[in-house]
Amino acid sequence: METLDFLATGFSVALAPMNLALVLIGCFVGTLIGSLPGIGPINGVAILLPLAYAMGFPPESALILLAGVYYGAEYGGRISSILLNVPGDAGAIMTTLDGYPMAQKGEGGRALALSAVSSFFGSMGALILIVLFAPLLSDLAVKFGPSEFVWLMTFAFTCLATMVGSRPLKTTIGVVIGLLLATVGIDPGTGVLRYTMDIPNFFDGVDFLVVVIGMFAISEVLVLLESWLRNDMKMTPVGKSFISMSDIVAVKWVVLRSTLIGFIIGVLPGTGASIGSAVAYGTEKRFAEGKDDQFGKGDIRGLAAPEAANNASAAGSMLPMLTLGIPGSGTTAILLGALLMFNITPGPLLFEQQPQIAWGLIASMFVGNLALLVMNLPLIGMFVRLLSIKQSYLVPIIVMLTFIGIYSIHGDSFDLYFMVVLGVFAFILRKLGFSLAPVILGLVLGAVLEQNLRRALSISGGDWGILFNGPITITLAVATLIAMVAPFILKRLKKAK
Amino acid sequence: MKTLKKTLLAFSLIGMASAASAYEADKPTCIAPAKPGGGFDLTCRVVSTGFERANLLDAPMAVKFMPGGVGAVAYNHINKVNPDDGDSLVAFSSGSLLNLAQGKFGKGLDENDARWVGTAGVDYGAIMVKSDAPWQTLEELVTDIQKDPSSFVLGAGGGVGSQDWMKAALLMKASGVDPKKMRYVAYEGGGEAIAALMGNHIKVYPGDIGEMKGQLDAGKVRVLAVMAPERLEGEFADIPTAHEQGYNAEWTIVRGYYLGPKVSDEAYEYWSNKFAEAYKTEGFKQTVAEKGLMPFYMHGASLDEYVKGRVQDMRELAKTAGLIQ
Repeated sequence: METLDFLATGFSVALAPMNLALVLIGCFVGTLIGSLPGIGPINGVAILLPLAYAMGFPPESALILLAGVYYGAEYGGRISSILLNVPGDAGAIMTTLDGYPMAQKGEGGRALALSAVSSFFGSMGALILIVLFAPLLSDLAVKFGPSEFVWLMTFAFTCLATMVGSRPLKTTIGVVIGLLLATVGIDPGTGVLRYTMDIPNFFDGVDFLVVVIGMFAISEVLVLLESWLRNDMKMTPVGKSFISMSDIVAVKWVVLRSTLIGFIIGVLPGTGASIGSAVAYGTEKRFAEGKDDQFGKGDIRGLAAPEAANNASAAGSMLPMLTLGIPGSGTTAILLGALLMFNITPGPLLFEQQPQIAWGLIASMFVGNLALLVMNLPLIGMFVRLLSIKQSYLVPIIVMLTFIGIYSIHGDSFDLYFMVVLGVFAFILRKLGFSLAPVILGLVLGAVLEQNLRRALSISGGDWGILFNGPITITLAVATLIAMVAPFILKRLKKAK
Repeated sequence: MKTLKKTLLAFSLIGMASAASAYEADKPTCIAPAKPGGGFDLTCRVVSTGFERANLLDAPMAVKFMPGGVGAVAYNHINKVNPDDGDSLVAFSSGSLLNLAQGKFGKGLDENDARWVGTAGVDYGAIMVKSDAPWQTLEELVTDIQKDPSSFVLGAGGGVGSQDWMKAALLMKASGVDPKKMRYVAYEGGGEAIAALMGNHIKVYPGDIGEMKGQLDAGKVRVLAVMAPERLEGEFADIPTAHEQGYNAEWTIVRGYYLGPKVSDEAYEYWSNKFAEAYKTEGFKQTVAEKGLMPFYMHGASLDEYVKGRVQDMRELAKTAGLIQ
């Protein structure tokens, strides 16, 4: 049980007084940062990185602090998603689908507590998987080539198609808008600029965060303004609801499945919490079909699934970063940069040469998650009271925070104009009855799908057979087919009865 | 009369001296045209840490981030918003120059719209394969490529027209193969490309030698050639250059700094002199080595000339590869 010895070493690093203090500070600051709309884990880590460097901490302490901010922000992101319908970053989009309806029903406290508990089990589950399978998984992650990614993304899209089930056409149009946005920028396949209109800010493509915040936060503000103009401002009932044991029992399998899904997707290089939570949500919706499915209207399963999955994939994405030096998400890319700044080369040798860093970080994640749960549950009452703030105060605060958040990404006012344009566009979409989540996911998934399809085809020299080149691709293809066909067959069967 | 002349001369000398040192940076800043953590961030850390260790600045140098288009956003910002800000250095790399050469830095902007002032150091291209690959030398690899160029998959961390692609194209050109025939797979960043090499999705990875230290130590990759003008020192001394194996494929990744196009000559001289001083100090040299760069010291007019020459070369290369007309 060599692994346990290493883990014990890790805990001795993580529980050293200074590191323990840092992980607590990191989690607390992270929760605060994450709860601000528009400022997610990426910004949080990016803002604190130079600070951690300047304080002259030893590398493992700095990394522990930054990782604390990372998962603290993942936790905090759900607060604005659930209470205000404004996700802090792309990983929290799915949380709005059922979390916000719950809050509107006066169950804000229950929703926040449930998401905290699901997040806790999601990340703990993922951490146990890391400890058990770290070396094995890093080999597997490398085997995942372009054609496997193509099928994974196709599978995610089929899950999506039924996500907002009653309006498949509008969901499809939403996805297509997202796909269109994904084509903007330098096309790596040919090096040609696509749809950039000679604006250099578009050369790297459109930034996810600007789209997420523009579409959710700004359109939400416009919706609030509209109801103010019509004089029918409704106060959301605050309610005193909290989580009950029966809630936890009801979602136990949902959390377990979503943790697995989120973790596996997080481990794969180049995919992060947004994709993990989308696939988990889609899968659970499938499972719930027929069993008094309230998805989209405040179903606790629809909240538990993405929350468990996005935390599991946040933990999972640490694995390829540490073992291979390949970041699994935008935030881990910044953490990787942090390691390099401290002259630590992540990769195959990190676990052998500097076990105190790798295992200290893993152990600190256990400590941090426990701390987050303990820290967050008592604060829920306070967070929920956010809803009792008069909207005439709340709206300007949201607007101010989103503008600051977006400006902090690139330090360029262009993003602010673009965000407002997107917000107005999203407001029109909402008025026409479109759901916004498919647009964002189209943007996120579309870029990954296109890149990998073209990679696969340039490897094979244009032969589409590469898409069926191994057991993983074929399994994923079959899963996609089942996900596509199953609802129709089920419907037939029901009618036959 | 003689004394008067002497006094006048002395005065004018003092006048000149004070004019030359008239510029002093109040708020020295280095703009990293990328998100924190990448190569541009590292470039800015070299100057901020290096100058601090060399005691060259009164105020500490701040690092600001302005990501977008391998530096295109920052280049446009400097040109449009503050072209005469003498306090702000902006980091650049050969990747920025390559995009300038292909006109991907915005409408109507080229290498003459900045004042190139100093370097941080260099890295070199390297041709890498997996450690259990059949090729031991560059020649064996090239012979196999020549047999059937279109079935040979190369991949790297940048799109077509990026530095990594250029390295692959140079290798093809040196082996007498038309670069247009090569099968190139674009990944996002070197990390993903290394993963693809490990997973056998690609066969050859033309990356940078500096970033490979960890993978080399772990014995996961084999470097067939380094694309430097001559053998490197230290731990890389055993790796032969492409040149000595008979292939004319060289790729130097320069990292350095520029100032806005309308910055005064005084400010330009001020920074140029600071770099000249820094290059002589141990503190700066040590910083460069710590950040994984190799020494390459050039400042002022000679760097300006070097950069413009390099952009011109890249433009020629891009033309032969069919990237621009």
